[in-house]
Amino acid sequence: MKLLQSPAVRVGLSISVATGLYGVSFGALSVTSGLDFWQTMALSLLLFSGGSQFAFIGVVGGGGSGIAAMSAATLLGMRNGIYGMQLNALLHPTGWRKYVAAQVTIDESTATSTGQTDPAEQRRGFWAAGIGIYVLWNLFTAVGALAGSGLGDPKQWGLDGAAVAAFLALLWPRLKGREPVAIAVVCAVATVVAVPFVPAGVPILVAAVVAAVIGWYSHGRSDEGLEPDVEPYREHHRGGDHHGPDGYGPDHHGDGRRHGHGVTGADT
Amino acid sequence: MSLWIWLLIACALAYAWKLVGYLVPAKLLEDPRMSRVAGTMTIGLLASLTVVNTVATGQSLAADARLGALAAAAIALALRAPFLLVVVLGAGTAAVLRMLGWN
Repeated sequence: MKLLQSPAVRVGLSISVATGLYGVSFGALSVTSGLDFWQTMALSLLLFSGGSQFAFIGVVGGGGSGIAAMSAATLLGMRNGIYGMQLNALLHPTGWRKYVAAQVTIDESTATSTGQTDPAEQRRGFWAAGIGIYVLWNLFTAVGALAGSGLGDPKQWGLDGAAVAAFLALLWPRLKGREPVAIAVVCAVATVVAVPFVPAGVPILVAAVVAAVIGWYSHGRSDEGLEPDVEPYREHHRGGDHHGPDGYGPDHHGDGRRHGHGVTGADT
Repeated sequence: MSLWIWLLIACALAYAWKLVGYLVPAKLLEDPRMSRVAGTMTIGLLASLTVVNTVATGQSLAADARLGALAAAAIALALRAPFLLVVVLGAGTAAVLRMLGWN
Protein backbone atom coordinates (compact mmCIF):
# COMPACT_ATOMS: atom_id res chain seq x y z
CA MET A 1 0.00 0.00 0.00
CA LYS A 2 1.53 3.20 -1.22
CA LEU A 3 -0.69 5.27 1.06
CA LEU A 4 0.81 3.68 4.15
CA GLN A 5 4.22 5.00 3.14
CA SER A 6 2.97 8.53 3.64
CA PRO A 7 4.34 9.84 6.95
CA ALA A 8 1.21 11.93 7.51
CA VAL A 9 -1.03 8.89 7.03
CA ARG A 10 1.03 6.88 9.49
CA VAL A 11 0.86 9.66 12.07
CA GLY A 12 -2.86 10.00 11.36
CA LEU A 13 -3.49 6.31 11.93
CA SER A 14 -1.53 6.09 15.17
CA ILE A 15 -3.29 9.15 16.54
CA SER A 16 -6.57 7.50 15.51
CA VAL A 17 -5.82 4.48 17.66
CA ALA A 18 -4.67 6.55 20.64
CA THR A 19 -7.67 8.89 20.50
CA GLY A 20 -10.22 6.28 19.45
CA LEU A 21 -9.34 4.10 22.44
CA TYR A 22 -10.39 6.69 24.95
CA GLY A 23 -13.81 6.63 23.42
CA VAL A 24 -14.23 3.68 25.81
CA SER A 25 -14.03 6.03 28.78
CA PHE A 26 -16.48 8.44 27.16
CA GLY A 27 -19.00 5.67 26.45
CA ALA A 28 -18.80 4.24 29.96
CA LEU A 29 -19.00 7.64 31.69
CA SER A 30 -21.87 8.76 29.47
CA VAL A 31 -24.19 5.89 30.37
CA THR A 32 -23.31 6.18 34.05
CA SER A 33 -24.07 9.93 33.85
CA GLY A 34 -27.66 9.08 32.98
CA LEU A 35 -27.66 9.12 29.19
CA ASP A 36 -28.91 6.02 27.40
CA PHE A 37 -27.01 4.07 24.75
CA TRP A 38 -28.40 5.94 21.76
CA GLN A 39 -27.97 9.36 23.35
CA THR A 40 -24.35 8.41 23.94
CA MET A 41 -23.93 7.26 20.35
CA ALA A 42 -25.65 10.39 19.02
CA LEU A 43 -23.02 12.52 20.77
CA SER A 44 -20.15 10.55 19.24
CA LEU A 45 -21.70 10.26 15.77
CA LEU A 46 -23.14 13.76 15.44
CA LEU A 47 -21.39 16.08 17.89
CA PHE A 48 -18.00 14.36 17.52
CA SER A 49 -15.69 16.56 19.55
CA GLY A 50 -14.20 14.92 22.64
CA GLY A 51 -14.08 17.93 24.96
CA SER A 52 -17.64 19.02 24.13
CA GLN A 53 -18.97 15.49 24.55
CA PHE A 54 -17.35 15.12 27.97
CA ALA A 55 -18.67 18.59 28.89
CA PHE A 56 -22.23 17.61 27.95
CA ILE A 57 -22.23 14.44 30.05
CA GLY A 58 -20.26 16.15 32.85
CA VAL A 59 -22.99 18.77 33.27
CA VAL A 60 -25.81 16.21 33.05
CA GLY A 61 -24.01 13.88 35.49
CA GLY A 62 -23.59 16.76 37.94
CA GLY A 63 -27.34 17.38 37.95
CA GLY A 64 -27.29 20.27 35.49
CA SER A 65 -30.07 21.01 33.01
CA GLY A 66 -30.08 20.06 29.34
CA ILE A 67 -29.72 23.68 28.32
CA ALA A 68 -26.67 24.16 30.56
CA ALA A 69 -25.12 20.99 29.11
CA MET A 70 -25.82 22.22 25.57
CA SER A 71 -24.32 25.63 26.36
CA ALA A 72 -21.11 24.23 27.87
CA ALA A 73 -20.64 21.85 24.91
CA THR A 74 -21.29 24.63 22.39
CA LEU A 75 -18.89 27.12 23.99
CA LEU A 76 -16.21 24.44 24.09
CA GLY A 77 -16.80 23.80 20.39
CA MET A 78 -15.91 27.32 19.33
CA ARG A 79 -12.28 26.40 18.71
CA ASN A 80 -13.37 23.99 15.97
CA GLY A 81 -14.52 27.04 14.01
CA ILE A 82 -10.99 28.44 14.22
CA TYR A 83 -9.62 25.07 13.07
CA GLY A 84 -12.09 25.05 10.18
CA MET A 85 -10.81 28.42 9.04
CA GLN A 86 -7.18 27.25 9.22
CA LEU A 87 -7.92 24.01 7.38
CA ASN A 88 -9.98 25.74 4.71
CA ALA A 89 -7.02 27.98 3.94
CA LEU A 90 -4.68 24.97 3.97
CA LEU A 91 -6.64 22.29 2.12
CA HIS A 92 -9.26 24.19 0.09
CA PRO A 93 -11.82 21.38 0.13
CA THR A 94 -14.52 21.81 -2.51
CA GLY A 95 -18.12 20.68 -2.95
CA TRP A 96 -19.34 17.90 -0.66
CA ARG A 97 -15.84 17.37 0.73
CA LYS A 98 -16.16 20.67 2.57
CA TYR A 99 -19.17 19.36 4.49
CA VAL A 100 -17.52 16.06 5.35
CA ALA A 101 -14.27 17.81 6.31
CA ALA A 102 -16.22 20.04 8.69
CA GLN A 103 -17.57 17.06 10.65
CA VAL A 104 -14.09 15.59 11.22
CA THR A 105 -12.52 18.97 12.08
CA ILE A 106 -11.25 18.47 15.62
CA ASP A 107 -8.09 19.09 17.66
CA GLU A 108 -6.25 15.97 16.48
CA SER A 109 -7.03 16.08 12.75
CA THR A 110 -6.06 19.75 12.69
CA ALA A 111 -2.80 19.11 14.54
CA THR A 112 -1.91 16.17 12.29
CA SER A 113 -2.49 18.27 9.17
CA THR A 114 -0.81 21.50 10.28
CA GLY A 115 2.21 19.52 11.50
CA GLN A 116 3.10 18.78 7.86
CA THR A 117 4.47 21.27 5.34
CA ASP A 118 3.87 19.52 2.02
CA PRO A 119 0.29 20.32 0.85
CA ALA A 120 -0.38 16.75 -0.27
CA GLU A 121 0.78 15.43 3.10
CA GLN A 122 -1.31 18.02 4.94
CA ARG A 123 -4.35 16.74 3.07
CA ARG A 124 -3.55 13.06 3.69
CA GLY A 125 -2.83 13.70 7.37
CA PHE A 126 -6.12 15.50 7.89
CA TRP A 127 -8.25 12.81 6.26
CA ALA A 128 -6.34 9.89 7.80
CA ALA A 129 -6.67 11.31 11.30
CA GLY A 130 -10.19 12.69 10.82
CA ILE A 131 -11.77 9.55 9.36
CA GLY A 132 -9.65 7.17 11.44
CA ILE A 133 -10.59 8.86 14.71
CA TYR A 134 -14.25 9.13 13.67
CA VAL A 135 -14.53 5.40 13.01
CA LEU A 136 -12.58 4.24 16.08
CA TRP A 137 -14.05 6.84 18.45
CA ASN A 138 -17.57 5.67 17.59
CA LEU A 139 -16.64 2.01 17.77
CA PHE A 140 -15.05 2.40 21.20
CA THR A 141 -17.84 4.66 22.44
CA ALA A 142 -20.24 1.77 21.74
CA VAL A 143 -17.95 -0.68 23.55
CA GLY A 144 -17.71 1.65 26.56
CA ALA A 145 -21.44 2.34 26.63
CA LEU A 146 -22.30 -1.37 26.57
CA ALA A 147 -19.72 -2.16 29.25
CA GLY A 148 -20.75 0.82 31.38
CA SER A 149 -24.43 -0.06 31.43
CA GLY A 150 -23.62 -3.39 33.09
CA LEU A 151 -21.60 -1.86 35.90
CA GLY A 152 -24.30 -1.24 38.50
CA ASP A 153 -23.46 1.50 41.03
CA PRO A 154 -20.96 3.75 39.21
CA LYS A 155 -19.65 5.20 42.48
CA GLN A 156 -18.54 1.79 43.67
CA TRP A 157 -16.24 1.61 40.62
CA GLY A 158 -14.99 5.15 41.16
CA LEU A 159 -16.42 6.34 37.86
CA ASP A 160 -16.99 9.81 39.29
CA GLY A 161 -13.22 9.81 39.89
CA ALA A 162 -12.75 8.74 36.26
CA ALA A 163 -14.66 11.83 35.11
CA VAL A 164 -12.41 14.07 37.24
CA ALA A 165 -9.33 12.42 35.73
CA ALA A 166 -10.70 12.73 32.19
CA PHE A 167 -11.30 16.47 32.49
CA LEU A 168 -7.87 17.05 34.02
CA ALA A 169 -6.33 15.01 31.19
CA LEU A 170 -8.14 17.17 28.62
CA LEU A 171 -6.96 20.33 30.36
CA TRP A 172 -3.37 19.24 31.00
CA PRO A 173 -1.83 19.56 27.49
CA ARG A 174 -3.18 23.13 27.30
CA LEU A 175 -1.33 24.30 30.41
CA LYS A 176 1.89 25.25 28.67
CA GLY A 177 3.39 28.28 30.39
CA ARG A 178 2.34 30.55 33.21
CA GLU A 179 -0.60 32.31 31.59
CA PRO A 180 -2.82 29.32 30.79
CA VAL A 181 -2.22 28.05 34.33
CA ALA A 182 -3.32 31.43 35.70
CA ILE A 183 -6.46 31.35 33.54
CA ALA A 184 -7.24 27.82 34.74
CA VAL A 185 -6.80 28.81 38.40
CA VAL A 186 -8.95 31.94 38.07
CA CYS A 187 -11.72 29.96 36.36
CA ALA A 188 -11.48 27.16 38.93
CA VAL A 189 -11.88 29.68 41.77
CA ALA A 190 -14.79 31.40 40.00
CA THR A 191 -16.46 28.00 39.67
CA VAL A 192 -16.09 27.08 43.35
CA VAL A 193 -17.42 30.49 44.41
CA ALA A 194 -20.42 30.17 42.07
CA VAL A 195 -21.45 26.60 42.97
CA PRO A 196 -23.57 27.38 46.09
CA PHE A 197 -25.36 30.32 44.47
CA VAL A 198 -26.50 29.14 41.05
CA PRO A 199 -28.12 25.94 39.70
CA ALA A 200 -25.86 22.98 38.81
CA GLY A 201 -24.19 23.42 35.46
CA VAL A 202 -24.26 27.21 35.55
CA PRO A 203 -20.91 27.63 37.39
CA ILE A 204 -19.26 26.20 34.28
CA LEU A 205 -20.84 28.92 32.16
CA VAL A 206 -19.71 31.56 34.67
CA ALA A 207 -16.15 30.29 34.22
CA ALA A 208 -16.58 30.42 30.43
CA VAL A 209 -17.54 34.09 30.61
CA VAL A 210 -14.57 34.86 32.89
CA ALA A 211 -12.24 33.05 30.44
CA ALA A 212 -13.73 34.86 27.43
CA VAL A 213 -13.24 38.25 29.09
CA ILE A 214 -9.62 37.38 29.90
CA GLY A 215 -9.08 36.28 26.29
CA TRP A 216 -10.67 39.41 24.87
CA TYR A 217 -8.69 41.91 26.93
CA SER A 218 -5.32 40.21 27.37
CA HIS A 219 -2.60 39.84 24.79
CA GLY A 220 -0.98 36.43 24.85
CA ARG A 221 -0.33 33.72 22.29
CA SER A 222 -3.23 33.60 19.85
CA ASP A 223 -3.14 29.80 19.75
CA GLU A 224 -3.24 29.36 23.51
CA GLY A 225 -5.51 26.52 24.58
CA LEU A 226 -5.69 25.17 21.06
CA GLU A 227 -3.51 22.16 21.69
CA PRO A 228 -4.81 18.66 20.89
CA ASP A 229 -5.59 16.22 23.71
CA VAL A 230 -3.35 13.66 22.06
CA GLU A 231 -0.29 15.19 20.45
CA PRO A 232 0.39 13.64 17.01
CA TYR A 233 4.02 14.70 16.81
CA ARG A 234 5.11 13.86 20.31
CA GLU A 235 8.81 13.15 20.56
CA HIS A 236 10.43 10.41 22.55
CA HIS A 237 13.59 12.03 23.81
CA ARG A 238 13.78 12.15 27.56
CA GLY A 239 13.01 15.32 29.43
CA GLY A 240 11.74 16.98 26.28
CA ASP A 241 9.08 19.35 27.51
CA HIS A 242 8.72 21.00 24.16
CA HIS A 243 7.07 18.69 21.75
CA GLY A 244 4.57 19.39 19.07
CA PRO A 245 4.49 20.60 15.50
CA ASP A 246 6.46 23.76 16.25
CA GLY A 247 9.44 21.82 17.49
CA TYR A 248 9.97 20.34 14.05
CA GLY A 249 10.54 23.46 12.05
CA PRO A 250 14.35 23.27 11.72
CA ASP A 251 14.37 19.51 11.12
CA HIS A 252 12.24 19.80 8.12
CA HIS A 253 13.57 18.90 4.73
CA GLY A 254 10.78 20.25 2.65
CA ASP A 255 9.92 16.91 1.12
CA GLY A 256 7.00 16.36 3.41
CA ARG A 257 8.77 13.64 5.34
CA ARG A 258 9.63 13.85 8.96
CA HIS A 259 12.52 12.08 10.51
CA GLY A 260 12.47 10.10 13.69
CA HIS A 261 9.14 11.18 15.06
CA GLY A 262 8.48 7.58 16.10
CA VAL A 263 4.88 8.12 17.04
CA THR A 264 3.16 5.11 18.47
CA GLY A 265 -0.34 4.79 19.85
CA ALA A 266 0.74 3.82 23.33
CA ASP A 267 3.01 6.73 24.02
CA THR A 268 5.02 6.87 27.20
CA MET B 1 -37.23 13.42 26.28
CA SER B 2 -36.22 17.05 26.68
CA LEU B 3 -32.61 15.89 27.11
CA TRP B 4 -32.80 14.53 23.56
CA ILE B 5 -33.81 17.96 22.28
CA TRP B 6 -30.90 19.78 23.96
CA LEU B 7 -28.57 17.00 22.89
CA LEU B 8 -29.56 17.36 19.23
CA ILE B 9 -29.31 21.15 19.43
CA ALA B 10 -25.79 20.73 20.85
CA CYS B 11 -24.94 18.44 17.91
CA ALA B 12 -26.32 20.92 15.38
CA LEU B 13 -24.42 23.85 16.94
CA ALA B 14 -21.19 21.83 17.12
CA TYR B 15 -21.44 21.16 13.39
CA ALA B 16 -22.32 24.80 12.76
CA TRP B 17 -19.12 25.94 14.51
CA LYS B 18 -17.05 23.53 12.43
CA LEU B 19 -18.71 24.53 9.16
CA VAL B 20 -18.54 28.25 9.80
CA GLY B 21 -14.75 28.14 9.46
CA TYR B 22 -15.08 26.65 5.96
CA LEU B 23 -17.87 28.90 4.73
CA VAL B 24 -17.24 32.32 6.24
CA PRO B 25 -14.60 34.42 4.43
CA ALA B 26 -11.30 34.19 6.30
CA LYS B 27 -11.18 37.96 6.73
CA LEU B 28 -14.09 37.89 9.16
CA LEU B 29 -12.35 35.40 11.42
CA GLU B 30 -8.84 36.76 11.05
CA ASP B 31 -9.15 38.85 14.21
CA PRO B 32 -6.61 37.16 16.53
CA ARG B 33 -8.97 37.98 19.38
CA MET B 34 -11.39 35.33 18.13
CA SER B 35 -8.84 32.55 18.41
CA ARG B 36 -7.64 33.97 21.74
CA VAL B 37 -11.17 33.80 23.14
CA ALA B 38 -11.70 30.29 21.70
CA GLY B 39 -8.48 29.19 23.38
CA THR B 40 -8.90 30.83 26.78
CA MET B 41 -12.51 29.61 26.90
CA THR B 42 -11.33 26.06 26.24
CA ILE B 43 -8.92 26.33 29.18
CA GLY B 44 -11.51 27.97 31.43
CA LEU B 45 -14.27 25.48 30.66
CA LEU B 46 -12.05 22.43 31.15
CA ALA B 47 -10.67 23.83 34.42
CA SER B 48 -14.21 24.53 35.59
CA LEU B 49 -15.46 21.08 34.59
CA THR B 50 -12.55 19.50 36.43
CA VAL B 51 -13.38 21.42 39.62
CA VAL B 52 -17.13 20.87 39.42
CA ASN B 53 -16.68 17.14 38.98
CA THR B 54 -14.24 17.07 41.90
CA VAL B 55 -15.94 19.10 44.63
CA ALA B 56 -19.54 19.86 43.64
CA THR B 57 -22.58 17.74 44.44
CA GLY B 58 -25.50 19.68 43.06
CA GLN B 59 -25.25 23.07 44.74
CA SER B 60 -23.10 21.99 47.67
CA LEU B 61 -19.35 21.56 47.98
CA ALA B 62 -17.85 18.37 49.33
CA ALA B 63 -14.37 16.98 49.95
CA ASP B 64 -14.56 13.27 49.20
CA ALA B 65 -12.80 10.43 47.38
CA ARG B 66 -12.89 12.45 44.14
CA LEU B 67 -10.10 14.66 45.54
CA GLY B 68 -7.93 11.56 45.67
CA ALA B 69 -8.81 10.84 42.03
CA LEU B 70 -7.73 14.38 41.09
CA ALA B 71 -4.38 13.96 42.86
CA ALA B 72 -3.76 10.56 41.27
CA ALA B 73 -4.60 11.92 37.81
CA ALA B 74 -2.29 14.92 38.28
CA ILE B 75 0.61 12.65 39.26
CA ALA B 76 -0.04 10.32 36.31
CA LEU B 77 -0.20 13.26 33.90
CA ALA B 78 3.00 14.75 35.29
CA LEU B 79 4.62 11.38 34.56
CA ARG B 80 3.18 11.62 31.02
CA ALA B 81 0.86 8.65 31.28
CA PRO B 82 -1.52 8.19 28.32
CA PHE B 83 -5.13 9.40 28.58
CA LEU B 84 -6.77 6.05 29.21
CA LEU B 85 -4.34 5.10 31.98
CA VAL B 86 -4.99 8.46 33.69
CA VAL B 87 -8.73 7.81 33.62
CA VAL B 88 -8.36 4.26 34.96
CA LEU B 89 -6.08 5.48 37.78
CA GLY B 90 -8.63 8.18 38.66
CA ALA B 91 -11.40 5.60 38.91
CA GLY B 92 -9.24 3.13 40.82
CA THR B 93 -8.14 5.73 43.37
CA ALA B 94 -11.70 6.89 44.04
CA ALA B 95 -12.92 3.29 44.35
CA VAL B 96 -10.12 2.28 46.73
CA LEU B 97 -10.54 5.39 48.92
CA ARG B 98 -14.27 4.62 49.14
CA MET B 99 -13.55 1.05 50.12
CA LEU B 100 -11.31 2.42 52.88
CA GLY B 101 -14.26 4.43 54.15
CA TRP B 102 -13.67 7.93 52.72
CA ASN B 103 -17.16 8.25 51.22
